[in-house]
Amino acid sequence: MPKNFFLKSTLVAAVIILALLFLVPTLGGGKLPAWWTNTLPSDQIRLGLDLQGGMHLILEVETQKAVTASVERSSQELQRKIREDNIRAIRPQSGKDNTISLVLLHNSDRAKMEDLVKRDYPDYTVASSRTLDDGKIQMVLQLTAKAAKHIAEQASTQALETIRNRVDQFGVSEPEILPQSEGRILIQLPGVKDPQRAVALIGKTAQLQFKLVDDSVSPSTVTKATLPPGDEILDMYRRDHASGRVDKEPIVVHRRVAMTGATITDARVQMDSQYNQPYVSVAFDSAGARQFADITTRNVKKRLAIILDGKVQSAPVIQEPITGGEARISGDFTMEEARDLAVVLRSGALPAPVRILEERTVGPSLGQDSIDQGLLSMVVGFCLVVAFILLYYRLAGVFANLALLLNLVIISGALAAFQATLTLPGIAGIILTIGMAVDANVLIFERVREEIRMGKTPFAAVEAGYGKATLTILDANITTLIAALVLFQFGTGPIRGFAVTLSIGIASSLFTAITFTRLLFDLYLHQFRPRRLLI
Amino acid sequence: MEFIKPNIDLNFVGNRGKAFIISGLLILMTIASLFIHGGPNYGIDFAGGILVQVRFAEPTDATDIKKALAPLGMEQSMVQGFGEKKNNEFLIRNEKKDLNLQGLSDRVRQTLAKTYGQGKVEVRRVEMVGPKVGKDLREKALLAIFYAIILIAVYISGRFEQKWGLAALMAGVLVGATLLVQALIVAMGGDEGIAMVLLILTALVVTVGACWLLKLRYALGAIVALIHDVVITVGVFSLLDKEFTLATVAALLTIIGYSLNDTIIVYDRIRENLKRAGKQSLDVTINASINQTLSRTILTSGTTLIVLLCLFVLGGGVIEDFALALLVGVVVGTYSSVFVASPVLLLLPEGRPMALRRSAPAKAAPVRPEPMEAQPVPAQVSSGKAAGAARQKRSKKKSRRKGKRR
Repeated sequence: MPKNFFLKSTLVAAVIILALLFLVPTLGGGKLPAWWTNTLPSDQIRLGLDLQGGMHLILEVETQKAVTASVERSSQELQRKIREDNIRAIRPQSGKDNTISLVLLHNSDRAKMEDLVKRDYPDYTVASSRTLDDGKIQMVLQLTAKAAKHIAEQASTQALETIRNRVDQFGVSEPEILPQSEGRILIQLPGVKDPQRAVALIGKTAQLQFKLVDDSVSPSTVTKATLPPGDEILDMYRRDHASGRVDKEPIVVHRRVAMTGATITDARVQMDSQYNQPYVSVAFDSAGARQFADITTRNVKKRLAIILDGKVQSAPVIQEPITGGEARISGDFTMEEARDLAVVLRSGALPAPVRILEERTVGPSLGQDSIDQGLLSMVVGFCLVVAFILLYYRLAGVFANLALLLNLVIISGALAAFQATLTLPGIAGIILTIGMAVDANVLIFERVREEIRMGKTPFAAVEAGYGKATLTILDANITTLIAALVLFQFGTGPIRGFAVTLSIGIASSLFTAITFTRLLFDLYLHQFRPRRLLI
Repeated sequence: MEFIKPNIDLNFVGNRGKAFIISGLLILMTIASLFIHGGPNYGIDFAGGILVQVRFAEPTDATDIKKALAPLGMEQSMVQGFGEKKNNEFLIRNEKKDLNLQGLSDRVRQTLAKTYGQGKVEVRRVEMVGPKVGKDLREKALLAIFYAIILIAVYISGRFEQKWGLAALMAGVLVGATLLVQALIVAMGGDEGIAMVLLILTALVVTVGACWLLKLRYALGAIVALIHDVVITVGVFSLLDKEFTLATVAALLTIIGYSLNDTIIVYDRIRENLKRAGKQSLDVTINASINQTLSRTILTSGTTLIVLLCLFVLGGGVIEDFALALLVGVVVGTYSSVFVASPVLLLLPEGRPMALRRSAPAKAAPVRPEPMEAQPVPAQVSSGKAAGAARQKRSKKKSRRKGKRR
C-alpha cells in the first residue's frame, strides 16, 4: 500500500461524505423525511437577494433632526420652568446649532437663570449672556456636544428597533436589519412581494401630534405678518373621492404640541359605518389617557388637529371630554393605507426621519432567470473543460476531472454548511473556480510529463511532479486568496458572495487537485503498476 | 496531446523591448481613452442615480419610453434594450444629480403604468444609489485595490526574498502615510474624493519606487504587472464605453489575484532554475523559465477563458460586463506574466550582473530544472523496477530536504 494511504483515503472519504450530507437538503428541495431533518443537516443553500428576488435598502437616520426636536422640546419646557421660578423673560426660542436663546427682562434674574440651567438642564451650558442696550439680558444656551451625540445615538438605536418592529409586522421571512456606521441601517428583505409598500412602511416617520386649532384667525386670509405669536400654518389634506384628487387647505394651529403619539399602546383599523370609511383607532396607556382626557375636558367645542408627520389628517371638534383613553384618526384612507398606518403607529414613531440612500430590488422572475442562466453557463463551461482535459491528459485527465467534480460538490456542500449566501457573482465565482482549479492539476501534470521525458518511471515522475508543484500551487493560490479576502472586506451583498465562493473554491481546489488526485494516482500505480503513464 | 512542444524555446526576454512598447501603447491608449471620455464611465453604483430594468408586455422602443418618463423630468434617461429583443426588456438609467431619489422607483413604475396600462409593465430590477453612497463606494473600491496590491507586495517580498520585515515595514509606512495625508487634505478642506484618487496613485508610484530602492525585485515585477493589467483592463472598458460598477471592481480585484497567480508560477520556476544556473546569464534563465512554464500558462488561461466565455455568452445581461472584465483581464494577465512581469526583473541594475557578457538568449539551451543524473532516455526503456525505485528514493530525499529548507 502507498504511504499514508489509509489516512489519506479516510480523509478524502470523510470530506466527500460530509459534503454530500450537507448538499442533500438543497437537492431534496425541502422534502426530506423527518428522521433526516431531525438528526442530519437540513439547511439549504441560501440564495442571495439577486437570485431569489428581494430588496436591499440602506437608510440614513437624520439624527440631527432628532437633536433639533429635543432642543425644541427643551425650550418649550424651559418656558414653563421660567414661569415657575418667577424669572421674567421673553419666550425662549430654539435656534441654530442646538441653541436656545432667551431674553431676561431684569439683570437680577441672571444668577437665578444660571442656577436653573445648572440644576435642571445639565445637558446645556450658558454659551453667552450679554447686556443689551435697554438693560435686558440676552442669554444663549448651548446643548453640549456630548449630549447631542448621545441623543443622536439614541435616535439611531430607537430607529433600528422601530424598523425591526415594523418589518416583523410586515411579514417577510428572514429579514435582516443591521446597524451600519454613521447612523445608517441596512435592511434586506428577501422575497418581498410589494417593495414599494415596504419602503413606505419602513420609511414613514409616523410622528403623531395633537395640536389645538386657533379658530380666532381665518386660515384663508392670514399671512406671516398677521399670524398670532405661537401659532403656525399647516396644510390639511383632503381627497376627493369622486375624482381621487388630493386637495390641501391651510389651517392655523397653536405651535405648542398638546400631546404626542408616544403613549400609544395599540392601533387598529376600524370601519366608520356612516361613511363606509376606514379609520384608525388608537389606545393610550394610562398616563396618555389622563393627558388626553385633560386636553379634551379643557377644550370642549374647540377643534383638535391630528397631525401625522407634519400633515394635518383631520381636525375634528371636541364634542365632549374623551376619558376612555382612545382617539380616532380619520382622514380619507384607503383600507391598505389605514392598515399600514396602524402598523406604524403600533410600532412607534421613528425618532427622526429616515432617508433612503440606496435601494436595490430584484424581482423574483429576474432572480429565477439569473439562476437558470448561471447554472446553464456553469454546466456548459464544466463540460467543455472536462472534455478538453480528458483529450489532453487522457487517464490523468480522468483523475483531474473527478477532482473537478468533487470540487463542485465540496463548494456546494460548504456553502450549505456555512450558510454562506450564494449570489449571481457567486455563481460566476464557482464558474471561474472550475477554470482555475484545473490549474493545479495542469501544473502537476506538466511537471510529471517533464519528469517522464527525463526518463523517470511513472512512480518517480508522479512523486517528483507532486513534490515540486505543490509549493508553487500554494504560492499562486494564496495571492488569489488575498485578493478574495480584500474583496470580502470591500464588497456588499452580491460581491461578497463572489468573494466567498472564490475563497471556498480555492481552498477546496487545493484539496481536490493535490490530495485527491494524488490518491487516485497512488491507487492506480500500485494496482496496475503501469510501465508508462497515460498523461 | 500537446499544444506546446516540450523543447520549445521562444525568445521572450530578447523581445522584451517590443513587448514594453506594446504595453506602453496600450497604457497610452487607456490614458487617452479616459481623457477623451472625461474619466471612467461610472455606473450608478459610483455616480449615484437610478437604474430600472423593465419588461413590457407589448413591443415598444426607447423613444416612447423616454417620452413616457418626461413627467418625472427623466426624459434625458439612457434607455437601452436588454437581452433578447422579443422580451421587450429595457434598462432605464439616469444619473442626473438633482434627481429626487425618495420614492423614485415607485414613481417610475406608476408613470410607466399610466402610459402603457396597468399590468403591462413589470419592473424587474431597481438599483438606486444616492450620491453620498456612490462616493463612499468609489472610495472603498479604490482603497480595496490599493490594499490588495500592498498586501500582495508584502506577501511576495516575504515569500520570495525572505524580506517579511522589510516589506511589512514598507507597507505599514505607506498605509500610514496615505491615511495621514488624506486626513490632512480633508482637514484643509480639500475634496475627499479627488484626494483619494491622487493619494492612491501616488502611493502606488511610491510602492513601485520603494520596491526598486529596497531591491524587492520580485515584488517590483509583480506589482508592475498588476498595475499594467488593471490599467489596461480599465482602458479596454473605457474604450468600449462600458460602465464601471461594483462588479467591475470585483473583477479587477480578481484579475489582480489571477494575474499574480500566473506571474508567481513563472517566478517560482525562475528561482528554481537560478539555483543551478551557475554562470548562465539571468536573462537566459528567465527566458528558459518562461518557456518551461509556457504550456501550463496557455492551458490554464485556456480553460479559464473557456468558462468565462460560457459565462459571457450564456450568463445573461446582469453578469455580462463582469464576465467581460474577467475575460479581458485574463488575456492581459496572461500576456503580462510572460512579457512584462519576468522581463521587469531585468530592469533593476543589480538584476543583471552577468548581462554584460550576454550571449544571444534565444540560442542558448534552455535550462532544465534538473539537468540531473539521467540522460533523456525514453521512459519506457529505463523504467526497470529497481532503477525506478532507486530514483524514487533519491527524489524523495531531495524533496524532503527542500521541504526543510523552506
